[in-house]
Amino acid sequence: MEEVPHDCPGADSAQAGRGASCQGCPNQRLCASGAGAAPDPAIEEIKEKMKTVKHKILVLSGKGGVGKSTFSAHLAHGLAEDENTQIALLDIDICGPSIPKIMGLEGEQVHQSGSGWSPVYVEDNLGVMSVGFLLSSPDDAVIWRGPKKNGMIKQFLRDVDWGEVDYLIVDTPPGTSDEHLSVVQYLATAHIDGAVIITTPQEVSLQDVRKEINFCHKVKLPIIGVVENMSGFICPKCKVRKESQIFPPTTGGAEVMCQDLKVPLLGKVPLDPRIGKSCDKGQSFLVDAPDSPATSAYRSIIQSEYLGVEGVSVHTSVQIPTGLEGA
Amino acid sequence: MEAAAEPGNLAGVQHIILVLSGKGGVGKSTISTQLALALRHAGKKVGILDVDLCGPSIPRMLQSQGRAVHQCDSGWVPVFVDQEQSVSLMSVGFLLEKPDEAVVWRGPKKNALIKQFVSDVAWGELDYLVVDTPPGTSDEHMATVEALRPYRPLGALVVTTPQECTSIFSSGGGEELARHAGVPFLGSVPLDPELTRSLEEGRDFIQEFPKSPAFPALTSIAQKILDATPACLS
Repeated sequence: MEEVPHDCPGADSAQAGRGASCQGCPNQRLCASGAGAAPDPAIEEIKEKMKTVKHKILVLSGKGGVGKSTFSAHLAHGLAEDENTQIALLDIDICGPSIPKIMGLEGEQVHQSGSGWSPVYVEDNLGVMSVGFLLSSPDDAVIWRGPKKNGMIKQFLRDVDWGEVDYLIVDTPPGTSDEHLSVVQYLATAHIDGAVIITTPQEVSLQDVRKEINFCHKVKLPIIGVVENMSGFICPKCKVRKESQIFPPTTGGAEVMCQDLKVPLLGKVPLDPRIGKSCDKGQSFLVDAPDSPATSAYRSIIQSEYLGVEGVSVHTSVQIPTGLEGA
Repeated sequence: MEAAAEPGNLAGVQHIILVLSGKGGVGKSTISTQLALALRHAGKKVGILDVDLCGPSIPRMLQSQGRAVHQCDSGWVPVFVDQEQSVSLMSVGFLLEKPDEAVVWRGPKKNALIKQFVSDVAWGELDYLVVDTPPGTSDEHMATVEALRPYRPLGALVVTTPQECTSIFSSGGGEELARHAGVPFLGSVPLDPELTRSLEEGRDFIQEFPKSPAFPALTSIAQKILDATPACLS
């Protein structure tokens, strides 16, 4: 679907193929036949596949570069420290897959078996899947349009042999687009526990994160809570251990936003330069720097009542504040 | 292609620069804004086209949120961000009913809006049009490049940070996209945390800008652009 008319009503709309702007579109016949409106059989297949996956958590942010992948990876590491818990980490950032690097799995390839694609295992109880494993070189660029990305996500959910999993963590790219819509749609009947939304304290990030929260309301995705990343900086060499604000919360940071939008603030993770180093080396920061305030913050978030190992409780009855209705 | 038959709204635009990065959060929007201001400082008329439909940051950076977009015979009138009217801006941010509204669109609809932004904004006479993009290498980028290709964009400015995790484009992704687009590859710029602070605290970015340490780096890149582009083109 390369050339789409200006006022394309959408392949799944009632007007698909029938609108005035559909004249001349190469897909007109397909849309008019109702093919776009028929449910994708993959959704049922994915629902079956996901029966062995107990909990599914999406990690989102409207804004890029706030630490979604870092958080997803360390949530996975933290949960996997319990050897009896089986963790799966799925990276659906097709254009910018950071997870292989952060997990120390660059260069690994995906193997096929009779039961599907095998995830790449970091530990016996922590398996990972990413488009990064399908590239012949880690530097290859993936320049794909929406439909092709959606196809890949469908395959990740339907064709990967995850086995029995306690937690499936899904790392997403920034934004509110194809990848996000697809993962929500494909997992719709398989039940997603909810979304953890990552932000940094600045308004330029909160601005996009409010949109992401709005997206969750629009697609009826429960919000587990918000994590404020890069929240204050304590230099490891400083004897006084005074906190400085590299990214000042000039409009109140995540705390005020969460109060305004009535979503839980799961915690604040301070900046620690060692986090970046651990990620670049592909190691767990929780293991590399157990004494860091950032590690304590991660552990407290993982063990919080909203994201406890025993179960995941979510806010499904979030009141939508005035101003966001119908958005 | 209809664009080639009728130059339309880009007829008065001398040069087009795409600002890219595979990675999010490295400062594309900040850099797009800084580059536009550096060129303006050199006496040029500059337009900024913000094609980040999901996360349009530029209106806020130029203290232009909530401004209305008017129509004229040739299409949408871009928003002027300064009194001298030397910098104009178009962003999906101006078209949202509410600032926190999420643009939840799939590729084809994004492509359609980007084509409109390229062909239906009445830019008038501009020396430079700086195009800010979202992170990634996907629909928005391909739609922008294809819509702009008849106008021979000057080049791609790729933004990165020193961290290895963000080095995708410097490892070839950006060059590959630039090659795919048939545009030359320009350079990279250091960031200045003081400027970020100024943006966040709502201080007048345009006033503060000449004192920023990022200014010399930006002006040198802007100078390369100015040297590569003679003022008078037939």
